[in-house]
Amino acid sequence: MAMFIGRRAAAAVFVLFTISVLVFLIFFATPGVDPAARIAGRNADPATLMQVRHEFGLDRPIPIRYGLMMEHLFVQRDLTSFVNRGALVIPQILQAVPVTLSLVAGAAVIWMVLGLLMGTAAAARRGTALDPLMMLLGVVGVSIPVYWLGEVVNLLTQSRWHSGLFSWVPPLGYVGLSQSPGQWALHLLFPWLTLAALYAGIYARIVRGEILEALNEDYVRTARAKGLTERRILIRHALRCSLIPVVSLFGLDFGALVGGSALLTEVVFGLPGVGKLTFDSLQNLDLPVIMGCVMYAAFFVVLANAVVDVLYAALDPRVRRA
Amino acid sequence: MTSDTSIAVPAGSSARRRRSSAGPWRTALVTLRRDRVAMISLGIFLLVVLACLLAPVYEHSVAHTDAFTSNISGTTIVHGKPSPVLAPSSTGLGLGVTPIGPTWDLHHYFLGADGQGRDVMARLLFGGRNSLLIGGVSALIACGVATVLGVAAGYFGGVLDAVLSRLFDVVWAFPVYLLAISLSVVLLTSGLTVGPVHIEGDSLWLPILIIAVIYVPYVARPLRGQVLSLRGREFIQAGVGNGASDLRILRKDVLPNVMPTVLVFLPLMTALNMLTESALSFLSIGVQPPNASWGTIINDGLGLLYTRPMVTVAPGLMIAVTAVTLNLLGDGVRSALDPKARLRGAA
Repeated sequence: MAMFIGRRAAAAVFVLFTISVLVFLIFFATPGVDPAARIAGRNADPATLMQVRHEFGLDRPIPIRYGLMMEHLFVQRDLTSFVNRGALVIPQILQAVPVTLSLVAGAAVIWMVLGLLMGTAAAARRGTALDPLMMLLGVVGVSIPVYWLGEVVNLLTQSRWHSGLFSWVPPLGYVGLSQSPGQWALHLLFPWLTLAALYAGIYARIVRGEILEALNEDYVRTARAKGLTERRILIRHALRCSLIPVVSLFGLDFGALVGGSALLTEVVFGLPGVGKLTFDSLQNLDLPVIMGCVMYAAFFVVLANAVVDVLYAALDPRVRRA
Repeated sequence: MTSDTSIAVPAGSSARRRRSSAGPWRTALVTLRRDRVAMISLGIFLLVVLACLLAPVYEHSVAHTDAFTSNISGTTIVHGKPSPVLAPSSTGLGLGVTPIGPTWDLHHYFLGADGQGRDVMARLLFGGRNSLLIGGVSALIACGVATVLGVAAGYFGGVLDAVLSRLFDVVWAFPVYLLAISLSVVLLTSGLTVGPVHIEGDSLWLPILIIAVIYVPYVARPLRGQVLSLRGREFIQAGVGNGASDLRILRKDVLPNVMPTVLVFLPLMTALNMLTESALSFLSIGVQPPNASWGTIINDGLGLLYTRPMVTVAPGLMIAVTAVTLNLLGDGVRSALDPKARLRGAA
């Protein structure tokens, strides 16, 4: 098991390294792209360009620049923004992380609970009208653009019904958990629900499929032969085994959301998380901030992938030898 | 699934495919035709496509407007009376203008106007063309490239497999939206130059290619796994034993067996790619003006969200309806062709 974890960790580090090189090359070495021209602004004269290039170290060979950036990012941790001169990148990211984590974690709790309930109900009531209804919810979930759903939610809660039904909804923004837990939850409620609405349906679909598959297994027949109740078979036997793939998928989705897919939700609801930070730095092409955010995001995705694999190996010894 | 007899077959791959695997394909088609949900979805989807294709007709012959030039001081007719397309704002400080809302009159600003006085309905149809085009073409490219790479990695193994698999892993671990956003931001300003081909920054090919590239591993990874398990099966081993060339085995044994999975992916990827395009366009790094797509129209409507929500709501509904029909169609294709296909990219 230790061997497996070691191997998996080495692979994760390798992937992170490759991603960092890839991001660096995308922004600094794409043919025809000149970061200096962006920093200096449009129609800058050649002397200014030269000066900017030298000042930002853009006239040095690419491997050295990559090394320098990584050193500033991870070793000295003093990478500064190109746009707001002197602003440190890492504190900005650290400040944004709790916002993103709050958003994704809260949404994840809601969608997991809803998904499990809906999926189990659909599997237990297969053949009734409930089943296709749940399936449709799942399809709608993957088909609605999250940012658009967010806009519509804003339209209803902030404008159309704000004077009546939703008069208790606070304006868009974020309040820290340590500042006021109640306000924190209130501000995040609709972002949570928006994000969870999309995932709950997908998870319900998957849970239903896994349970139906498990119900055909031999151990379920054995359980029936022992005279267990259908409810007990469904929950203690079928649902339990169906959870393994669901949990692994959850790990991946959670990582992907924290690592960037929450960006659209943050932008729409004005939450100052990492996604919003990335988006803002993309607007003015602040390369060090983009680099930092992308590395942070990749770290979460790679970490989630690795944790899922290790958990899988812990559950199923066959995987360790693969 | 396929026989490996060496009968001389007339040229033309479609003819050959029909001959060698008529059974399963025809059965699947019959199953799909009987799937009422899938057929209704297909019908609605085709209606959306048709409506978008008819955009110029609507623009010129029905609405008598120009979807791409602003109409700031124009007037239109509401309930038989002329009224301005952009009226001075009546709320707040009275600054700015409020475009006309939906008139529900197909000839005069059916869904109202956007902030520049352009007909939202006409723009919706034109935008749909781009959204559908980008979704469809990038899905085709992604599935095509993924088939080649996934089959090659699974079949040949060795160094090729190691390199390709690592590559898939890296792109896979890269958060999709961030990768798409990074590529878009860089390429939008400078365009893309590959050898003699240059793609301008505002070309539709840019989002098409970017979206195609980021989703290749989604299709390639499951295909590789499938080919890997096919590789050990008896009929392929028999082909190898008979001295068939790799190319022949790939063409006659491997490809027909992975094609169902690719076909299952195609409608689902089209929906996913369309959603990704709309998100990029919403962030104003997808389709560039003067072109429009459903995503850019939602973006146009942002400032008008509380006064003229239809500019935002209508394109979002179109995206949702189109994506739902494509996903339901994909489900139908899956149960007809390949019920066990693992989607969402599980390797």
